[in-house]
Amino acid sequence: MTARVRGKETWRSLRVAVWLGWQVESNWTDPFLFAVYSVVRPVAGALILVFMYLVVARGGLENPLFPYVFVGNAFYIYVGAVLMGISWVVIDDREHYGMLKYMYVAPLNILTYLLGRGVAQTAIATIATAITLLFGVGVLGIRIPPGQVDWGLLAVALVLGLSALAFMGLLLAGATLLTARHNFFIGQAVAGALYLLSGVVFPLDVLPPALQWVGKALPVTYWLEALRRALLGEGGNEALRAIPTGHLLPILAGSTLALAVVSILFFRWAEGVAHCRGLLDMQTMY
Amino acid sequence: MQAREYSIETKDLTRVFRVKRREARGEKREITALDRADLAVERGELFGVLGPNGAGKTTLIKILATLLSPTSGTARVAGVDVVANPWEVRRHIGMVSGGESSGYGLLTVEENLWMFSQFYGMRGADVRKRIKELLEVVGLADGAKTKIYHLSTGMRQKMNFARGFLTDPEILFLDEPTIGLDVQTARTLRAYIRKWMDDHPDRTILLTTHYMYEADELCDRVAIIDQGKVLACDTPAALKRDLQEEAVFRLKVEGDLDPEKLLRGIAGVHRFTHAARDGHAQLDLILADENVLLPVLSGIQGTGGRLVSLEKRAPTLEDVFIRLVGHGLNEGGDAGGASEPAP
Repeated sequence: MTARVRGKETWRSLRVAVWLGWQVESNWTDPFLFAVYSVVRPVAGALILVFMYLVVARGGLENPLFPYVFVGNAFYIYVGAVLMGISWVVIDDREHYGMLKYMYVAPLNILTYLLGRGVAQTAIATIATAITLLFGVGVLGIRIPPGQVDWGLLAVALVLGLSALAFMGLLLAGATLLTARHNFFIGQAVAGALYLLSGVVFPLDVLPPALQWVGKALPVTYWLEALRRALLGEGGNEALRAIPTGHLLPILAGSTLALAVVSILFFRWAEGVAHCRGLLDMQTMY
Repeated sequence: MQAREYSIETKDLTRVFRVKRREARGEKREITALDRADLAVERGELFGVLGPNGAGKTTLIKILATLLSPTSGTARVAGVDVVANPWEVRRHIGMVSGGESSGYGLLTVEENLWMFSQFYGMRGADVRKRIKELLEVVGLADGAKTKIYHLSTGMRQKMNFARGFLTDPEILFLDEPTIGLDVQTARTLRAYIRKWMDDHPDRTILLTTHYMYEADELCDRVAIIDQGKVLACDTPAALKRDLQEEAVFRLKVEGDLDPEKLLRGIAGVHRFTHAARDGHAQLDLILADENVLLPVLSGIQGTGGRLVSLEKRAPTLEDVFIRLVGHGLNEGGDAGGASEPAP
């Protein structure tokens, strides 16, 4: 088979998967309600965070830790959306819609298909993150002057970080392929671990040294650090201060690449096992 | 000499499922779903695989459609090994599984079909035309704009049937395509399957069914399968011809009858099945010849039974199956045997 045919199949797998993903994510209600939901959800999430910060942690909005926490949380919206968005497709297509087997029988690139299905979730997460940041700047007084934002760093970090999350999603999709539908919480567990270990709401420095090392091995940590440096001027993690901004992106790029290789290899292995055990059309309604 | 190339070819195809220890409960820990199955389907054939539930029909289709790997043996589809190159096989095949309600609930019927046409690289106005044409065939034309979650299971099954034919695949696998459908719809779909084959003489269909009428009416050749083994394979006429020297009778009897006790002792009773129907015992008999009927009737009389009706029948595929296996298609197999729908 020629590379041209393969390329065509990959492109149409992506194109149709993006379309399908958007239909599944947005078609559950009428467009007006969907728009309201898309705005209200991130704002409500931001308010919960502010409430927790003010009442539970007894912090002040002018405390330098608050922008750190707020920006980390705003971008963490992507973690759940992309990670779960891709891995959940396996359960949804296989067990809910009963369509995974037909996808496997069709001449499409399944990796591209899964990544394409995650695009809709990423688009919705982008809207939610933007609204959260605007709410933080406009209502809570977080200082992100557009003139001082390093837009280049922000754009590159965003692309690399989202790629890393997509490959983590693929890794989880591979694990999901081998497990029953009840194990959907694997995705939540991984997202929760990343919340704890990647410096989303508190700097890496407060973690025990062993966990700090785990955090330093995760691309998400460098992603959030780069995003904070781009938006706020500094990352806020003492443990990462020694890394110059110019080195952050290569580290993020390298770890994303390593993750891509590992996740594709793992997914293909899981697919092989699922094929052997007859799990591609498994229904676990018990 | 070059070896003949078939659309579908299996050699010694075997699939063993291992049952987890905790699920086995002391029973055997392996189930042989397919047992050294040899099949060769020629291009342009409508080939049937007839067997009861649990015979291995779906396992066979799953292997051929690249969804499941065999334990041993080989399978080639469109001349391509399904294990070595599943991606290439997928460019030649389509699949429809009956009795399921798959589909993206939030999409309309038309969108679901359009999406699949795109995955297969179909382009242009012909796609819409083909979708419309198929929806008319399956009686869903008025529901084209209806979201799938509003459809009944039967309507979803019709939509999936349309999906299978949408791309006019080179080789189409139909796994019990009419199971659970009403008689009229099943008849319409069978007529379309035959018409599609007539319109596309270079295409191949492998159809599994446990409805003997379906296999008899539709298929050019039929493989009879039970417990994973291919027991016979030929045209329906040839399979039935083997029974023509024997006599096939259906009797309805009233009264307290033990058919096992009654018939086991009579010489010349080759095979029999019995079932309760409308308050009577229905006996299907394959006898060495008509003369064997006399001792059977005497036996019934001797046990106090009363003959309600007697019919000499032309042999059917079900009789062929009974002859080969010793029980009917809807009995003695795994759970869930559905009864034969009226043709």
